[in-house]
Amino acid sequence: MNSRLTAAVHGWLLLLPAMACLAVFTHWPAVASIIESFYSTPRPRRPARFVGLDNYVLLAEDPIFWQALVNNFWFAFGTIPISIALALLMAVWVNDRIAGRTWIRMAYFTPTILPMIAVANIWLFFFTPQYGLLEQFSALIGAPPQNWLGSKDTALFATIIVAVWKEAGFFMIFYLAALQTISPTLAEAAALEGASRWTYFRRVQFPLLMPTTLFVLINAIINAFRMVDHIIVMTRGGPDNATTLLLFYIYQVGFNFWDTTYAAALTVVLLTLLAVIAAVQYGWLERRIHYR
Amino acid sequence: MDRRQFIGGVAALASASVSMPALAQGARTEISFFYPVAVGGPITKLIDTYAADFEKANSTIKVNPIYAGTYQETIVKALTAHKSGTPPVTSVLLSTDMFTLIDEDAIVPIDNFVKTDEDRKWLSGFFPGFMQNSQTGGKTWGVPFQRSTIVLYWNKDLFREAGLDPEKPPTTWQEQVEFAQKLTKRDASGNVTQWGIQIPSSGFPYWLFQALTTQAGVILANPEGTRTAFNAPEAVEALQYWVDLSTKHKVQPPGIVEWGTTPRDFFERKVAMIWTTTGNLTNVRTNAKFPFGVGMLPSHKKPGSPTGGGNFYISNKADPAQQQAAFEFIRWITTPERAAQWSIETGYVAVTPAAYQMPVMQKYVSEFPPAAVARDQLEYAVAELSTHENQRVTKALNDGLQAALTGTKQPAQALNDAQAEAERILRPYR
Repeated sequence: MNSRLTAAVHGWLLLLPAMACLAVFTHWPAVASIIESFYSTPRPRRPARFVGLDNYVLLAEDPIFWQALVNNFWFAFGTIPISIALALLMAVWVNDRIAGRTWIRMAYFTPTILPMIAVANIWLFFFTPQYGLLEQFSALIGAPPQNWLGSKDTALFATIIVAVWKEAGFFMIFYLAALQTISPTLAEAAALEGASRWTYFRRVQFPLLMPTTLFVLINAIINAFRMVDHIIVMTRGGPDNATTLLLFYIYQVGFNFWDTTYAAALTVVLLTLLAVIAAVQYGWLERRIHYR
Repeated sequence: MDRRQFIGGVAALASASVSMPALAQGARTEISFFYPVAVGGPITKLIDTYAADFEKANSTIKVNPIYAGTYQETIVKALTAHKSGTPPVTSVLLSTDMFTLIDEDAIVPIDNFVKTDEDRKWLSGFFPGFMQNSQTGGKTWGVPFQRSTIVLYWNKDLFREAGLDPEKPPTTWQEQVEFAQKLTKRDASGNVTQWGIQIPSSGFPYWLFQALTTQAGVILANPEGTRTAFNAPEAVEALQYWVDLSTKHKVQPPGIVEWGTTPRDFFERKVAMIWTTTGNLTNVRTNAKFPFGVGMLPSHKKPGSPTGGGNFYISNKADPAQQQAAFEFIRWITTPERAAQWSIETGYVAVTPAAYQMPVMQKYVSEFPPAAVARDQLEYAVAELSTHENQRVTKALNDGLQAALTGTKQPAQALNDAQAEAERILRPYR
């Protein structure tokens, strides 16, 4: 009995540092945001007071919030499927025995190691009107000039491309690792049965990769709601909020306008959104996935 | 402890570790000094040199200059530190953040330290154009330091090619359009290879817009920072003119023109005339491989430009000895000698007329006449747009301007919407 108690105490003590970090940096800020979102922002001459759901009413009437939300969904829909598909394609390709595959793997992975700020600055040059890289290409094929970041129609699309470019290589690494755990006997068996490359991929590789896909999907979704660095560098949310994403708007309200409690209310919305997505993924999707 | 306090706590720890050496040295008063870097050039090195020079002259004071990022990052750091209780003793922040800092109770009036006649003489020595953004309610809250205005840069080679006099910039809105039309070149398929003019509209289009509205004859905000006139007829006229440059006259690239790459476009000869800050003067001088001119902005009803840039502020929460030491430092760094040196090394406008009387400055101006343009334009300069809840109000205007420039709203509609939003934000402050 005594030794069991000691073991339990030991266990908890070992957990404590990690628990403390989680509680202080993740759980408490989340709880504090929820509490704060029911108060007014304190100013030196006007202390915070309880305002109930006022911040949320304001939020429902705030056109920029809705636009940020819609933008964020487009951003997610734009980045997630494309970056996962690209990652899978690249992984399957560099998993084969091809000449110079180490180099190709490294080339694909490079965007991931670069800091986002640097990436954004590189792409800023690509997108520059008149003499940017993209413009030079489109001029060669005779396409009309385009102000990629300066037009409301293309700005969000341009930021999506940057995100895909940055993320695909990262996800590729996970797929590559998973592909290498698939036993070669399966490929041999499939070859003996006369299955085509596509059938082998669809019936054998892809189902076996599902746990990885779930993991990557979760990461991709979190990233879609977490990426703001390149927005700050490339567009600062403009033109006219066309590239304002939810987290960028939270930053703007919190640290440019200093309206901390309204920012807290926005944060709660983001948290809720992510919680719902996580619940769907773990509760529903996971049950449909085959684990070995 | 809520999250805000927590962030503040971390900042406090950071700044405590910075100011630790002071305790060891005992009697010296140590002041922390946050400053941003907004233009090119070795600004951090310059500031460190100034701090060292100041310490040589004042052995009882130690200045710790801390580079804090862009203007935006600097105010975020300074205000978070303020909320935690240990703000920098003095910082250089945007002159337009004055109302925000007053509302947060973060700064003390400079008047508190102005005691002798000599002090008063010093304070009245600045260009009045710069003091508009430093004073409200009869008090002075900031001391002009790295200040600028908008000027016109033009490429003399391209003027010559277009058959224009390379020494004469456009002086009116009408001329500006005519010149730009001559300077816009198209290839066989109709694509533009060289634009006539670029007025940047990314990030903070309100600042450039304010030049246009001043020229059109309207002031966008009252000195108390509680009312705006975004939808005045003159403002609509100004925005229409700006939009027309792209859509009607087709002499400016359509959509949003990026602030950051505009000087580069100019160096690449992709544009013949640009509007940008005098803070870019040294940058253009170094990188333009062709003769260029710098001139006052063209006028419409009158000439005009807003001022811009940063002021010194003194923290409300520092102890009196530190505040006094910060004041000494600010006075020292804005003396004519120092202001002249700073202006020559960075391209910023020297903040006092006396600085332009210094021999070193007179020599510089005679060798490089463009350096005097900003000073001459100051006569027509107005305060940069600044109100309570400044960032929020200017965002309303920025959104409206970008909506009009990208063609989603008509100028009048865009400015009506911006005005309505500004009204909503400012009502509690009246």
